[in-house]
Amino acid sequence: MSSNDTPELDERGRSKVADVDRSLYDFTKSEEGYERYEDGLTPDIVRSISSKKNEPQWMLDMRLKALAEYHRRDMAPNYGPSIEGLDLNNISTYVSPKTKQAKDWDDVPEDIKDTFERLGIPQAERESLAGVGAQYDSEIVYHNMREEVAKYGVVYTTIEDALQDPKWEPVVKQYFGTLIPMTDHKFAALHYAVWSGGSFVYVPKGVRVDYPLQSYFRLNAQGAGQFEHTLIIVEEGADLHFIEGCSAPKYYEANLHAGAVELFVKDGARLRYSTIENWSKNMYNLNTKRARVASDARMEWVSGSFGSHVSYLYPTTILQGDRSSCEFTGITFAGATQDLDTGCKVVLNGKDTTASVETKSISKDGGLNTFRSSIIVGRHADRARATVSCQSLMLDDISRSDTIPAMDVRNATAQVGHEATIGRISDDTVLYLMSRGCSEAEARSMVVNGFANPVSKELPLEYAVEMNNLIKLEMEGAIG
Amino acid sequence: MAQLLTINGLSAGTEDKPILHNIDLSVGTGETHVLMGPNGAGKSTLGHVIMGDSAYQVTSGAIEFDGEDVTQKGADKRSLAGIFLSYQAPVEVPGVPLYSFLRTICQMRPELKTTARKFRQRVAKISEQLEIDDSFLTRELNVGFSGGEKKKIEMLQLLLLRPKLAILDETDSGLDVDALQIVSRGIEAYRADCDGALLMITHNTRILEKLSVDRTHVMVKGNLVAEGPASLIDDIDANGFGRFEGAVEKDEA
Repeated sequence: MSSNDTPELDERGRSKVADVDRSLYDFTKSEEGYERYEDGLTPDIVRSISSKKNEPQWMLDMRLKALAEYHRRDMAPNYGPSIEGLDLNNISTYVSPKTKQAKDWDDVPEDIKDTFERLGIPQAERESLAGVGAQYDSEIVYHNMREEVAKYGVVYTTIEDALQDPKWEPVVKQYFGTLIPMTDHKFAALHYAVWSGGSFVYVPKGVRVDYPLQSYFRLNAQGAGQFEHTLIIVEEGADLHFIEGCSAPKYYEANLHAGAVELFVKDGARLRYSTIENWSKNMYNLNTKRARVASDARMEWVSGSFGSHVSYLYPTTILQGDRSSCEFTGITFAGATQDLDTGCKVVLNGKDTTASVETKSISKDGGLNTFRSSIIVGRHADRARATVSCQSLMLDDISRSDTIPAMDVRNATAQVGHEATIGRISDDTVLYLMSRGCSEAEARSMVVNGFANPVSKELPLEYAVEMNNLIKLEMEGAIG
Repeated sequence: MAQLLTINGLSAGTEDKPILHNIDLSVGTGETHVLMGPNGAGKSTLGHVIMGDSAYQVTSGAIEFDGEDVTQKGADKRSLAGIFLSYQAPVEVPGVPLYSFLRTICQMRPELKTTARKFRQRVAKISEQLEIDDSFLTRELNVGFSGGEKKKIEMLQLLLLRPKLAILDETDSGLDVDALQIVSRGIEAYRADCDGALLMITHNTRILEKLSVDRTHVMVKGNLVAEGPASLIDDIDANGFGRFEGAVEKDEA
């Protein structure tokens, strides 16, 4: 420890815990030469996005219908964090880097390639992934999958490209927008009007993809929105692990993320969907994710939310088939200026379905965390079982953590359990660790990492390391 | 013998309550001292104050360790300087694997830094001595351990860290005969291998039978009221603390 460390102590004389180190994400690239559509939303903008993508008529029709829906709808009742700072007339819905989608990183423009290099994406691709998609602002700039995976008929591409392929266009049409309807909420309507980028994944019957596929979403442009759509179909008995990562540099203007993720898990299949989200603190993250799970199939969500100014995020699982199951493991970290409303929703419709939800939240420096869970057991879901556990850790007295569980059980044979705890780092624990030689910061960091451990051990290794770095809490003062 | 720990005129307590009054106590290098006294006398508080527990404030006096005034130093600095406190009730730390914790606290000390392989061997050897099953090493630090298991893990840390002074705060309390024997073995190993000094806080004279005690201190109501040779233990064993309590009451009057 250097001697010029200036102790920063709170009113109780405890040393301050440092903020999450964002320097890794906080760099911006010039937007010069980019195609940027006017702010605000008109049918003309929607038409030009569609024609640029050379879309089939049905997709344009859908966009225009969604736009009308968007204008028709009032803002959703503001039950959670305020989104007053978000003026949609000042958000550019489409910003495209002037580049074609590449299959080789060497064909990606230097500044964009550098961005992804710094985020470690090409390296992860070489070491541990079956395929990578990288989106920069509104468009995918890189997409590639290992040949041996393609050989089994696995498709990993953009929805735009799938729509150009006569074989896949009908499949997209069959599934797109069916799980998350445009009438879901105002931002779903917005999403369908201006969606761009994202991924289309199709895993044929019985195929197990041994390595994960990963999409990384980077929003570089200031005052812009990102509206990617992810559509994944895992056929009967197939197995896939999909990873998404998101980040953006910090601007003073609001940015908006309103993506949609639609996941179809067929009979006996398994899908694991891991997310590490580290948007900058000017981001309004209003994302919608939903999975439909058939008989004997399994859905696993792993979710780490660290960034954004405001988040509304509740991945939903519909356990439609008998004996289907889901597991949701999530962690949310809210620091200064962050108001994160996260959680999950599970609908148990099939018989003998099981759902297990384990979430953690950490709040510091006035950060606000709200955990909402909704468990809905349908009338026919005999012997359905669901457990929800939510643990919150508060690092100071000015932060806030709320838990709002909701349960709607319509079957008498169902078993639903919920437990929630809110705690602090106890002085006894800090003393114990310090008396073994850990500095106060090391002690606190050890406790926080230990708290997050059940989640971080579920993440792919490189993300687990990233998460530990994100939670790295530094010592700024010593107690005399 | 050179003094390792010297406490001079120490008074300390919590914000609203003085607990320790004008304590003088010295422990020489490699010596074994016993601190006895009735419940609530302030023995554990003294142990915690020597360790640097920030829950207590020192209002006067000084603590010198290994030639350095550590009165204002944090518990981490005191630990690195060679003070160890074995807790009466070791804290559970969820999510922190025991083995990597042990590795972390050893690697931060230049004198103990070693390769992963050598470290594994050290841990294996000490674990065997203390009859700690390998499966404990992958578990979370103290989480769900029984009282006896926690005390064994404290002994494991003691033997790994090789401190110059070990304060054992009722390490023997609540242990069954077998566990007590193992913990005694740990203490003997510490005395033999590390040539460390010991300050034992205890009610139980049994654990002291095998140790050669250099000095015995008696604390009553936050005051050190008597100091004597090992034989003082037998005296207390036979006659209790009554006469010492009388001494403090007379003082107060």
